[in-house]
Order: sequence, then structure tokens, then C-alpha cells
Amino acid sequence: MLCQECRKRPATLHYTKIINGQKTELHLCQECAEEHKDLMEASFAFPNFVAGLMNPGFLGKQLPGSGDVRCPTCGLTYQQFASSGRLGCGECYQHFDERMEPLLRRIHGNTVHSGKVPARAGGAVRVKKELNSLKSELQKAVAREDFERAAELRDRIKDLEKKVR
Amino acid sequence: MTNEFARRPVSKWMEAGGPEADVVISSRIRLARNLVGLAFPHLMEESAAEQVFRSTSKVVGALNSGKGPQFELIPMNTLTPLERLVLVEKHLISPQHAEADGRQAVVLREDEAVSIMINEEDHLRIQCLFPGLQLDRALALANQVDDTFEQYLDYAFSEERGYLTACPTNVGTGLRASVMVHLPALVMTGQAGRILPQISKFGLVVRGMYGEGTEAIGNIFQVSNQISLGPTEDEIVGNLQAVVSQVIDGERQARQSLLRESRDQLEDRVYRSWGVLSNARILTSQEAMQLISDVRLGVDLGLIKEVKASTLNQLLVTVRPGFLQVVADYDLSPYERDVRRATLVRQTVRNQ
Repeated sequence: MLCQECRKRPATLHYTKIINGQKTELHLCQECAEEHKDLMEASFAFPNFVAGLMNPGFLGKQLPGSGDVRCPTCGLTYQQFASSGRLGCGECYQHFDERMEPLLRRIHGNTVHSGKVPARAGGAVRVKKELNSLKSELQKAVAREDFERAAELRDRIKDLEKKVR
Repeated sequence: MTNEFARRPVSKWMEAGGPEADVVISSRIRLARNLVGLAFPHLMEESAAEQVFRSTSKVVGALNSGKGPQFELIPMNTLTPLERLVLVEKHLISPQHAEADGRQAVVLREDEAVSIMINEEDHLRIQCLFPGLQLDRALALANQVDDTFEQYLDYAFSEERGYLTACPTNVGTGLRASVMVHLPALVMTGQAGRILPQISKFGLVVRGMYGEGTEAIGNIFQVSNQISLGPTEDEIVGNLQAVVSQVIDGERQARQSLLRESRDQLEDRVYRSWGVLSNARILTSQEAMQLISDVRLGVDLGLIKEVKASTLNQLLVTVRPGFLQVVADYDLSPYERDVRRATLVRQTVRNQ
């Protein structure tokens, strides 16, 4: 098969586009394909698909939050994320959380992880959970003036905090 | 580094065949992981990229301390463009990773069952490939490699969101499980267009042979999970396995009904393709893939006995442009490639 454009060189790139059931086929040689590069790349850029999901109006819903937010750790703004579809660092998830949640629901239908937990980071997660429950118990102990129990709890909290550090 | 991988057409893992090999070519598990406290690769500074490199080489040392197969860390800038293309053709790296600059690397296990892309979209992408339908084995191996990394590195992980990734489509488990299937009968009978779109209802996606944005060549499709956050790793893999089993059944039934209802036409088609494949003097990549597909169907149905399934698996890689050129040792024009491809196919089927 010859290239559709120059009709000289053999077509080595075969590109099929289907829009609303309308099929268009392109058969190009490498040189002519170079000129159509924008066309081919644009249609397959996956991050743009994610960016599309963030458009207001997708599924008829506006994402919460107005104005721009910047991740203090890597400096990426939400607007930049919205146009590239890529986050800058792990902390972005936390700083963009309010807008992240509806997005994750759109992509995965879920927002909470239930799979594997890394042994070490997971250990820290467990300690953090324990710390939180000890602290709330301490407050209760102080409220009912059980100072013996409160002292006990305070020592355990101190020990745990040392461990975390 | 001898860059042996570039000249070896079939990864060791491919040689064995595997369960459901008449329909399933391979099973792949990919885990996306990032290191805590570093920007993701697309925003990362030079020093951070080096830090990922150093950490990885430490882990590679640990992986190699056992008696098992050895791992090798290969910086991408030590590979020629053609060698990179071969890695893509063997499904060891993504097409994007092949365009890498100096910051990227790949870790290969000697049997090529494990490949780890360093500083692709995420800091680490651990991949395991097995022949046939063996998702459980691939997941177990990927978890084992992941555990070794985790002994030395701190991952970006949140209790609520799981493993944090550059693209929110991978967050949670960071898991992408995929199965490469050969569905000639479903395509021939026109059922593929009806069945494959249904798969998306199960949180799965169907793509061409080389993943995202690639077309299906030679009736080979890749089915993978789309949802990575929410279900556990085992649930994701179990769901994929269940749906793929249905697809396998559908393909086998379509093959049997073709045999029953149009045996003459089917035999004619696979034998004509065999005739062309083993005699042609000029073969484009696309034509070769289609012929290999027809002949493979003939072999799987016991119609063609002149060629082995393993030889056809090998051809799936060797007829690709990158591999042809690495073997030739220079860049070939498309026409030269087509002539070489035909020669290579003839030699391969004669010498098997």
C-alpha cells in the first residue's frame, strides 16, 4: 500500500479514527506521518482523559472548592494537575483532598484503599491509630478526675511518641 | 553488560508455554510504587532521580544476595534506540520508557520474568510476566520483589488512599493486572465487537497488544483492570481471571463452531496463510502478524502440524521492526525490513 499523502513511499503507519461511528482511515509513510504527529498523539494522551474527568460539568456535577490550591511540598497547583492529569508528589493527595475525593470516586467508584499495606509505613499507621485512641482516653480520664489513670496514659503516650520519632 | 536480551528473541519465561496456552499468551502484573518525600518523576530534580537510582541499586544488591536468578540494573542511556525498541517489543518496558533520557533505568531479572522500570511515570514500576494464564503466580512474585524493596525504602503510602501514584488512575493498590489473549475465532465470527465492549462493565478494559493507545494487531488483545482503589489485590486479580475465563470459553466455542460449520473455509484460510508465511519474499509487519495469527489458529486446532506453537510465539517478537534491525545491526528502510522479515520467517520455520 502506498502512502495516501505523497503516493510515493510505502505506507507504514495505519491510523483508524472512529468518531460517532464515522470511521476515517489514514495510511501514511513515516515522513508524512511526522506532519500529522499532533493528530495522532493528541487522541491517545491518557492524562488528558483524567484531566477531562475533572472538567466542571462532567457527569453534570461541579467539583467542590473554588480558586486554586498549591501543594506546599512540591509546589504543584491544582490547576496544573487539572491540565496535566498528574500529581507532583505523594503529599498532593493530602493537600488536594477535598477535590480528590470526588475525582477518585469517578475513576474507581471507591475512595478508600483496602489492599496491601507496606510493613513499615503500615507499622507507623498502626502506632498513630493507637496514639489517637490513647489521647482521647486521656482526655476522658482528666475529665472524670481519674489522675492515676491519666498519669499512666500520659507515660504510655510519651513512650509511643518517642518510638514514632 | 552484554545487552544479551536484545538478541534473544524469546524470554526464558516464554519458552515454557502455560495454562490455557491455546488462547492466553501471557499474564502480567504491574505494581506502581513511589518513594516518600520525593517529587514524582515528571517534576523530579536531578538529585532526586539519583537518589532513586542509588536506592534501587542497593535493593538490586539485596535481590542478588540469594541463590535465585540474578537481577541487573541497566541505565536507559547505555542502550541504543534499537535495543530499547526490543525491550518494548518484548513487553519489558513501556513505549514511553523507551524515549527516556539519562534519569531512567530498567532492572531485569536474567530470565526476564521480572522487569522494574525506574523513574517512568512513577519511581518504581515492578512488572512480572508469566506465559499462559498465571495471574496468581505473577502476583506472588511481584509481591515478593515489592517486599524486598520495602525492606530498604519507605514508600509514599497513605492509610486511606493506599500507595500514592503520579496518576490518580493507579492509586490504591498500584496494581495493573493484564492478560494477553489471542482471539482469532471471535474476530472472524464478528463476536469480538459484541463481547469485548461488555468487558468494561466489570471494571476492566481491552486494549491492543502494546497497551494503552495501541491497536489490536494479529487478533491479540490485552485485558486489564481499570480500578485500582477499593478492592484488594486478590479481588482485582480474581475478577480479571473470572472474566478472562469467560472470554476463553467464548473463543473456544467459536473455534469449534467454525470447525463444525465451515471446516473447508477454515482449513483453506489457515493453509493459505501458512503457504504465504512460509514462502513470501516480502512481508510487512502487519501482514506477518495476521498470517501468524491464522497459522497459530490452525496449530491450536490441530489442522496444521508443520510448525510448533512455540516457534510462532518466537516469531511474534522476531518479526517486529526493532528486533529485525538489532539482528541486522543497522537501521533498515521499511522496504528492507519487509524483505528481511520474509527471509527470517522462512528460515525460522525451516530450522525449527
